[in-house]
Amino acid sequence: MKRFEYTQKKDTRSGFGAGLLEVGRRCGDVVAMCADLTGSLKMDAFKKEFPERFFQAGIAEANMISVGSGLAKAGKIPFVGSFAEFVTGRVYDQVRQSVAYTGANVKIAASHAGITLGEDGATHQVMEDLGLMKMLPGMVVINPCDYNQTKAATIAAAYHDGPVYLRFGRPAVPVFTPEDQTFEIGRAVKMISGSDVALFATGHLVWKAVEACEILEERGISVELINIHTIKPLDEQAVIEAAAKCGCVVTAEEHLVNGGLGDSIAQLLARHRPVPMEYVAVDDQFGESGKPDELMTKFHLDTPDVVAAVERVLARK
Amino acid sequence: MDNTELARLSTQVRRDIIRMVASAASGHPGGSLGTADLMTLLYFEILEHDPATFTDSGKGQDVFYLSNGHISPVWYSVLARSGYFPVSELATFRALGSRLQGHPTPVKGLPGVRVASGSLGQGLSTALGHALGKKLDGDSHKVYVLMGDGETQEGQVWEAAMFAAAHRIDNIIAFVDWNNQQIDGSCDQVISLGDYQGKWRAFGWEVLTMDGHDFADMKRVIAQAQSLCGNGRPVIILTRTDMGHGVDFMCGTNEWHGKAPSAEQAQRALAQLEETIGDY
Repeated sequence: MKRFEYTQKKDTRSGFGAGLLEVGRRCGDVVAMCADLTGSLKMDAFKKEFPERFFQAGIAEANMISVGSGLAKAGKIPFVGSFAEFVTGRVYDQVRQSVAYTGANVKIAASHAGITLGEDGATHQVMEDLGLMKMLPGMVVINPCDYNQTKAATIAAAYHDGPVYLRFGRPAVPVFTPEDQTFEIGRAVKMISGSDVALFATGHLVWKAVEACEILEERGISVELINIHTIKPLDEQAVIEAAAKCGCVVTAEEHLVNGGLGDSIAQLLARHRPVPMEYVAVDDQFGESGKPDELMTKFHLDTPDVVAAVERVLARK
Repeated sequence: MDNTELARLSTQVRRDIIRMVASAASGHPGGSLGTADLMTLLYFEILEHDPATFTDSGKGQDVFYLSNGHISPVWYSVLARSGYFPVSELATFRALGSRLQGHPTPVKGLPGVRVASGSLGQGLSTALGHALGKKLDGDSHKVYVLMGDGETQEGQVWEAAMFAAAHRIDNIIAFVDWNNQQIDGSCDQVISLGDYQGKWRAFGWEVLTMDGHDFADMKRVIAQAQSLCGNGRPVIILTRTDMGHGVDFMCGTNEWHGKAPSAEQAQRALAQLEETIGDY
């Protein structure tokens, strides 16, 4: 089985900051906005190098989203950033009308997504955002797994013509994907080949899934691990092929079970390849304060939860 | 263009509005009629634009955003009459498959429309974004945007107002259709706008007022607004209008905000509006 190792931990938001700086250097039309969270979103470097192309929105996210739409109409490539809750739930109508329905070339940069936001608690821990965003026609939804992939995804988002929701997180997590990777929107990445269970993971859960695969291998279970960094458009062929090959499926995500990656895969497989399926996701509830690792354990998003889900689905196969 | 000719055009625009809304048996005639003079003046005299070379970015041209998208009939009429698309297409207003959706959208490829509008309060922000883009490009042309007065009860408008002043966005001229009418009654009855000029001034805007049915006054005030551009402050013109202006039984009331006239009522309305340059 292919092994993954890491030498350092870094936050995915820093990957976004690095990617933004990179595309800012490549293209003079890239502009950025932030709603009073420039440091948290790691947009400082871009702001420092391109002060004339950075616009502070203040604590006014609705305005920021629609200003972004106008910048896009003027031919710019705006990245508008805040915490994931504040660029989705708070401004859903602005994203829907000014960006998605309009088809504006706006990149929504969503940091501190999910339960791993940690101590600030449920007010800030959005776990509905993937569902909210993927329901908007034409919206691309990306949830990369580590620093390197987030940097690559940010660059890819800039080159994509159309609205993009780019989700990343707060805590330092293992960096285990290649620094020089090319990121293709909508193309799943097979991490580990296997035959007993198809495991589809996204975001922070990809590393948890890697760890789970090693434990499961020791138990004689062969897992095919696929990193779904693009929730929408979903790589339908990759999902159907893996489901057909393995005969059962597990999905893993830092999101509510309602509306997330698992929903997308279940909907696809129900039509094309129904197989037993288990979810690693948060049930119908809000989060709470705590350290990220503690919360991942409490809300059943940790490595043992992935292992348990694989064993459950195998029992149903 | 002399004021008589502008008046002839706006009368035809008003006929278009009545005929479109009556034909669709739905739509918003009140605000459309009230802003017909302003919109005619903008599209036939004020805006530096070339309908034949319309692009989203509008580089080298003025751009216009309609924030209160429900008054789409007046916008569609002036867009068609100024050459953005065939006048005959006005007959498709609100029909299945039409580019002239109930509320404006660019998704069906209607020239002149850049963003979707209808959910209120977003257009000023969008216009400001476009104005920032023009500044980055060194494009000296302006961005114009129209909002309803009731619309400015939306909090986002005041986020945008604060943003514009803070970023010294001085290549924008905003208009408010200041008719003091909205669906549930007068603005005073619904949620009073209070010291409306004072509010905009307090947010750092240059505030002008004008009579939205007096072409001479509008020309003078818009010229003044243009002269105020480039001085580090955004400019807004609070435009006094009568909702339903031009049709006696629709004028000065909110009753016709979003109600289509019957065939008989439409005939009564059209009898008051001379066919000047030809119906579509």
